[in-house]
Amino acid sequence: MSPQFTLQSLILRTTAHFLLPLLLVFSVFLLLRGHDEPGGGFIAGLVAASAVALYMFALDIHSAKRVLRFEPRDLLGWGLLFGVISGVPAVFMGQPFFTSQWLELTLPVLGELKVGTPLLFDIGVYLVVIGGVLLILLSLAEAED
Amino acid sequence: MLLAVLSGFLLAVAAPWVHRALGRHSGWVLALLPASLFIYFATFLPQISGGGQVVIEYPWIPGLDIQLSFLVDGLSLLFALIVSGIGFFVVSYAGRYLEGERDLGRFYVLILAFMGSMLGLVLSSNLISLFVFWELTSITSYLLIGYHHEEAKSRKAALQGLFVTVAGGLALLTGLIMMAMVGGSYELHELLTSGDIFREHDWYLAILLLVLLGCFTKSAQYPFHFWLPNAMAAPTPVSAYLHSATMVKAGVYLMARLNPSLGGTEAWLLLLGLLGAVTMFVGVFMSVRSTGIKQVLAYSTVMALGTLTMLIGVGTETALMAAMAFLLAHSLYKGALFLVAGILDHEAGCKDFLQTGGLRSALPITAAFASLAALSLAGVIPMFGFVAKELLFEAVLEAPALAGILTFLAVVSAIMVVAVAAIVGIRPWYGPRVDTPKAPHEAPPALLAGPVVLASLSLLFGLGAGLVDQGIIAAAAGAVHGAPVSVYLSLWHGFNLPLLLSVLTLALGLTLYFNWDRFRDSTRFLEVLNRYGPEVAYEKSMAGMVWLSEWQTRVLQNGYLRYYLLTILISTVALVTVTLMTHADILIAPDLSDVMVHEAFIVAVLLLAALVSVTTRSRLGAVASLGVVGFCVALIYVLFSAADVGITQVLVETLTVIMLVLVLFRLPGFLGLTPTVLRVRDAVIALSVGLMMTVLILAASAVQYADSISAYFIQESQPSGYGRNIVNVILVDFRALDTLGEIVVLALAAVGVYAMIKFRAEDNNSSTTLEK
Amino acid sequence: METLMAFTVGGLFAAAIYMMLRRSIVKLVIGLVLLSNAANLLLFTQAGLLRGAPPLVPEGAMQPAGIVADPLAQALILTAIVIGFGVLAFAVVLIHRAYEVVQADDMDQMKDTDT
Repeated sequence: MSPQFTLQSLILRTTAHFLLPLLLVFSVFLLLRGHDEPGGGFIAGLVAASAVALYMFALDIHSAKRVLRFEPRDLLGWGLLFGVISGVPAVFMGQPFFTSQWLELTLPVLGELKVGTPLLFDIGVYLVVIGGVLLILLSLAEAED
Repeated sequence: MLLAVLSGFLLAVAAPWVHRALGRHSGWVLALLPASLFIYFATFLPQISGGGQVVIEYPWIPGLDIQLSFLVDGLSLLFALIVSGIGFFVVSYAGRYLEGERDLGRFYVLILAFMGSMLGLVLSSNLISLFVFWELTSITSYLLIGYHHEEAKSRKAALQGLFVTVAGGLALLTGLIMMAMVGGSYELHELLTSGDIFREHDWYLAILLLVLLGCFTKSAQYPFHFWLPNAMAAPTPVSAYLHSATMVKAGVYLMARLNPSLGGTEAWLLLLGLLGAVTMFVGVFMSVRSTGIKQVLAYSTVMALGTLTMLIGVGTETALMAAMAFLLAHSLYKGALFLVAGILDHEAGCKDFLQTGGLRSALPITAAFASLAALSLAGVIPMFGFVAKELLFEAVLEAPALAGILTFLAVVSAIMVVAVAAIVGIRPWYGPRVDTPKAPHEAPPALLAGPVVLASLSLLFGLGAGLVDQGIIAAAAGAVHGAPVSVYLSLWHGFNLPLLLSVLTLALGLTLYFNWDRFRDSTRFLEVLNRYGPEVAYEKSMAGMVWLSEWQTRVLQNGYLRYYLLTILISTVALVTVTLMTHADILIAPDLSDVMVHEAFIVAVLLLAALVSVTTRSRLGAVASLGVVGFCVALIYVLFSAADVGITQVLVETLTVIMLVLVLFRLPGFLGLTPTVLRVRDAVIALSVGLMMTVLILAASAVQYADSISAYFIQESQPSGYGRNIVNVILVDFRALDTLGEIVVLALAAVGVYAMIKFRAEDNNSSTTLEK
Repeated sequence: METLMAFTVGGLFAAAIYMMLRRSIVKLVIGLVLLSNAANLLLFTQAGLLRGAPPLVPEGAMQPAGIVADPLAQALILTAIVIGFGVLAFAVVLIHRAYEVVQADDMDQMKDTDT
């Protein structure tokens, strides 16, 4: 990483260390509540990607890649897979592809919880957005080297 | 039936392997298919000979009302028998004739595929499938004419044949679709019974001209005849099969087929009768003038096609009977003569009649049967050609109109045909021996089979005209006529005017033959006509088309993005302006009363930032002002109840700025490339597009054509989607398939970026070579 | 408000198109960014503008109370924004590659397909 794009600021670096997990958790929160409140897979994915991008600017790409743990390309693939799989259960129920299916669970602490294929689909969107945005940004930043 | 038509294609696929496995005997083996098809079609004879017809249907594209349906009646059966019968001789002949050729396997593929297409063409009852097979014959013909593709002459002839026939095919398609629209059906067997609908319809003339254009180009009628002699560049078996016995008769077939629907009018009689007669005359005249063996035969084929067209045009019972008899007679003797021409080339190396003479002793069997076929061509009693010619004279003499001129042209043509027959039947075989390029010797059985059988049939059908009379010829003529015909074929009609004309033509024809050299010399001045003939018009128009396409590519595809954009934008603005003008009733009510101060402020900042991004000369300034634009847009989303969209916009805007910073600074700075005048021009155009969009939005706000489907989503979001964020429910549930498509696009874009960056290292080597 | 937005969108389109008509390739990129913003706003305006009525269903209710903003347009724009980012990135990198190969920022020098 050329110094041109690394902001050599100690404050930023320190904040980034704290911000990254915080933002990632926040993005998962946005993802899960997206069905009822503003949020959802697209926004959550963008938040997560921005968090990693911030980390990349504060430190360098290699640490950003390390902290990500996954290859962005793999995230793309998993995301698309989740997206497609979420449409499949409907076929077994004799309904058109992508008809949503819901399961109602009653859990002791959380009370009544509905789990359905749209959530799985939203996770797919989330992963594709993270993977896509980071694949673009990391490739561009790496090309700087 | 379906299998019978498709078997040609199926065997064509397997032909190269069959050829490789069987080697030199492959011709005989592959010829078994046409032979068995011939027998199969012959089994239809008893059903058909009484004038019956068989319709066989298979669903093909039910949604479009296109069926694969076959119609077997006298006409189609006559053609199917000719196609499969002559196909047998041609395939077995080709195996020997082209023996040792590298591409023989390919030849089998093409000739069998052609046979399948031709059978499909004559048996189809559906107009669309008929057209498909029609075009398939054009394409296989193209490939077969260009069989010797190493030779420029072959390629040029192939392309010429293709262009002429396919251009006609396009007209034909239009004509057939119009026919189907008028007649309300694509099925021939339904259309043929409703002739009056067509003849009284406003479109009659248009349909007639379009269909005839297709038929005339295919059947080499004047002035489209020029491609046929050039098509002789094909190997001789192809000439015998496609360009004499079958494919060129497809146009004749279609005219005959549609006679019950379109025939019987003055336009029909004039167009077909006159153009047919002219073609007949031009063909036979050019034939006598030529000396190349295949050229003579090709022009005499043009003459035969003209004769058939003329007879169908005349359209009386006698004429149609004559046409069908002549069709069969011509296929027999011309097939035989072409195969003989191949033998002359193969065994003696002769391609020109001037190189031949006295070959009878070397090729006695060939000579005997060539002469027999020539006798039929000349129309000498007792050959089948004589039967057909007598009927022909009878038909033109009693033609309902133009009888005088048609008779004159027919008689003159017949005289010259006799001369042509003498050229092919006497010249090479009798008289003093001429040295040939190769030492001549008798042809092997595979080459002789065709001429021997076909010429013998010419004699047999002449002596026993009853053999084919009611069995097939009358059935075919009845199918063309649309009602049974009461004319009989017979060898002897008594002493009458046609017989007198026959004797006269025979005498004058022989006189012409003995003065052949003088005749050719005295008509040499006519070569000038060739310089201004239809072929020159074809050449000119082809050159013109090439020039036009080069010109329009240069002008329209100039490679300047901004000119493409300008063209698109200016036309859009012009069209929208015109449309808006003609819809003056749409009320555009500008209303700024409900704007709040902070909203006006955001909009002002937004527009200012946009202006800065346009005018700034610094890249950083441009990127920063783009960021301002984006954030203002986000604010507008948030202000107007689109929280999700606003958040997304903020995040994407951030990432966009990061991305632009990463890339843009590796590109050079802004250039001031455009002079001020052009900037003003572009500004005017850009502003007018902007204004157009503004007016469009205002106009569109004033009208609502359909109910929004959003109401349903709002209603059902919680009850059936179990989600309170309606936007998200739409994204992941109601319209999840759309979203899936969208994330796929995102993924593809990302992979594209990744690929372009990652694979640059390998490309760097090649990119240096790309730079000149 | 729709009237003001109509003029805003028109202005953005004009700016975008002016930039796309320039010969400098970097300006083309800026034009593309402006164009995608303009198109999104166009869609947004056409769906109708409502203040303070987000398309959310209150907790416990089955339908939103009263009229809410058009959720379909919002869903379309939301995906369009994200895709716009991907496509812009692709275009930018493509342009960068083209620049590397042709070594020219002037679009006029890129008009021949074989350079």
